[in-house]
Amino acid sequence: MESGKRQKLLGSLFVNGTLLLLVMLWTIPTLGIFVSSFRNRDDIGTSGWWNVLPHREWQPVREIDPKELGVDPNGVMEIEGATGTFEEFREGIATPDGKRVTWIGNKRIGKVEVQEWVWTVNWNFTLDNYRQVLGGQDFVFKKPDGTVEVVPGDNMNRAFLNSLSVAVPSTVIPILIAAFAAYAFAWMNFPGRRAFFITVVALLVVPLQIALVPILRDYKALNLNGTFLAIWLAHTGFGLALATYLLYNYISTLPRDILESAFIDGASHFTVFTQLILPLSVPALASFAIFQFLWIWNDYLVALIFLGGNPEFELVTQRMAAIVGARGQDWHLLTAGAFISMVLPLAVFFGLQRYFVRGLLAGSVKG
Amino acid sequence: MDLRRDMGNGQQSLWSRILSFIGRLLLAISIPLIAFYVLYLGFVFLRDSQAPRAVIALVAIVWGVGGVALLYWIFNGLVEMLPDAWTTRLLPFVFVGPAVAILGWYLAIPTLRTFYISLFDRDGPPAGMNFLQQLSSQAFVGLSNYRAVFTESLMLEAFRNNLMWIVFGSTLSVTFGLVVAVLADRSRFEKVAKSFIFLPYAISFVGASIIWNFIYEYRPANQPQVGLLNAIVTSFGGTPQAWPQWVSIIPWNNLFLIVIVIWLQAGFSMVLFSAALKGIPDELLEAGRIDGANEFQIFFRIMIPYIQGTIISVWTTVVIFTLKIFDVVWVMTGGQFGTHVIATQFYRQSFTNGNSGYGSAIAIVLLIAVIPVMYYNLKQFREQEAF
Repeated sequence: MESGKRQKLLGSLFVNGTLLLLVMLWTIPTLGIFVSSFRNRDDIGTSGWWNVLPHREWQPVREIDPKELGVDPNGVMEIEGATGTFEEFREGIATPDGKRVTWIGNKRIGKVEVQEWVWTVNWNFTLDNYRQVLGGQDFVFKKPDGTVEVVPGDNMNRAFLNSLSVAVPSTVIPILIAAFAAYAFAWMNFPGRRAFFITVVALLVVPLQIALVPILRDYKALNLNGTFLAIWLAHTGFGLALATYLLYNYISTLPRDILESAFIDGASHFTVFTQLILPLSVPALASFAIFQFLWIWNDYLVALIFLGGNPEFELVTQRMAAIVGARGQDWHLLTAGAFISMVLPLAVFFGLQRYFVRGLLAGSVKG
Repeated sequence: MDLRRDMGNGQQSLWSRILSFIGRLLLAISIPLIAFYVLYLGFVFLRDSQAPRAVIALVAIVWGVGGVALLYWIFNGLVEMLPDAWTTRLLPFVFVGPAVAILGWYLAIPTLRTFYISLFDRDGPPAGMNFLQQLSSQAFVGLSNYRAVFTESLMLEAFRNNLMWIVFGSTLSVTFGLVVAVLADRSRFEKVAKSFIFLPYAISFVGASIIWNFIYEYRPANQPQVGLLNAIVTSFGGTPQAWPQWVSIIPWNNLFLIVIVIWLQAGFSMVLFSAALKGIPDELLEAGRIDGANEFQIFFRIMIPYIQGTIISVWTTVVIFTLKIFDVVWVMTGGQFGTHVIATQFYRQSFTNGNSGYGSAIAIVLLIAVIPVMYYNLKQFREQEAF
């Protein structure tokens, strides 16, 4: 009995330990940029983000002007009990009492620091990164030494609104169209019903890459390229097959009696659809809506092609990719921008996790 | 008296019938015209307006969503004005029509058109010619684009990389998903743990690329490393690398990109496996335990066979996904350093090089690669009767 208990405890330790390890592995990447987005611009470039955790590092306790000591930087020097050449002092030399002496700067106008190995945290948090990434105007950046640098803002604000204006209609339009079609496939009789439905299912296999070149040609001919309408329609087209298929699966299982009694009462198809079917299908509509919204919010390829030429209409993903391309080393901007681009999807994710999971189980996976 | 009144009524009803007919006709013509005009005004406003961004966003949302609903309402109203027999005949097409038209325009016809374009050289079929003239023109190259697809070295590299993506990417994300699902099922912290693993699924590829670029960030050996991976490597005395751009280990540097997708997709497979595991009857597991099976035997002999269907459908889904992978590679490396995949080659040829014939051939090859996997996937999902 006793050994059984112990085995159980060990088992639970193994399960929870492994789980904790995996959770940490999965969370640390996101945590890294989240922490970094609040860090000072200079700090990000010179020390790892994990330095916000308590750690030990060399901290200056005293500064000495080497001229006062009268040492010759070209020879072997002795400062504070440490002996070495200039090059060795640049790396830092340990003193007998556990401190370190380091030469900062060049031989002529440098200074010498006496440093101590102490516990510290690096907590210079700021919101400047977000201000710069969000703003459309020039951003004045004050350096610690008092000089002022003007950098252009990254206009993430505008991109955010653009993404919203693309994502909301591109989510609602295909769902509305698909719901009408699914209703007709499920509850109406018309010639070619089966053939049309099989075509819809068959179109699930078509990767959207297939359509890009021909559609771009159409858009250029119609002068639609670079407009909201163009990208709404494109997302509608690419999401519609899956939406119709999923909503059909749901709507066709609704009980027949409800509809029949409504028809006997003289309701038209339109009334039945808007008053009965849509409210009853809310769970299915909601789970598909979440997925479609996230795909569009996170989409890069379609936006790149159909909105690519127009900086006015740039979306969040395009803006981010542009910053990566132009200023891939500016981590204070990249981290803040990445986090802004994630805010809405994460809110949707945490707020509507139940529908999210339900949608996945129903097959809301874009082929 | 009665007669006259009847006649009056008859006349009135005739007049009112004519009037109502004219009224209906006018309505039938004017309502769609007005609606289209209003929609057109909205379109012009969105295209040319200098109004503040927030106003444009709001107008876009109202116009886009409201416009579609309005069109359905109008067409339904028009069809309902017709005699009953015609209403029954036409109404289904009002409901299905838009979906069929859009799917035709955006998916069905483009598939044929892309195939047609793939038979021509870089500018596609010459404009201003009829079908036969195009086929007999200089621009028609037959299947030689396809021959190039299967012989050009960059394309062969892309095929090799996509194979790596399939083998490592899909297999490992399925494995991790399964492991987490099984572990979480036995843990008190199931909900929290699953939320954290699932979280990356909501992050865009561009966002994920930034997150991982930051982990792979490279600094020369004598500078402090700000990228986590290089910091770990140097703290153990190794030399820092620019991991995805590490050309001397091609093709294995692709693994640094594949990791990103494993990180993104494991949560997806975890959710599906978690639901499937909950569907295993307790009696089955109990019976196994009573018969003396240990936990590993239960996992391999009972759980895996029981959720086999789910494993196949999840695996095929991730395979399709990795076949079409684009954003991660494009943002991380742009296809350099031996990391091109089919979709980035397609983009490069079609849009950067402007070689639409060749690009279209790549797209068709991608379609052909996806079809069997997708067929299998749909079959699995049908058998499980989802929803």
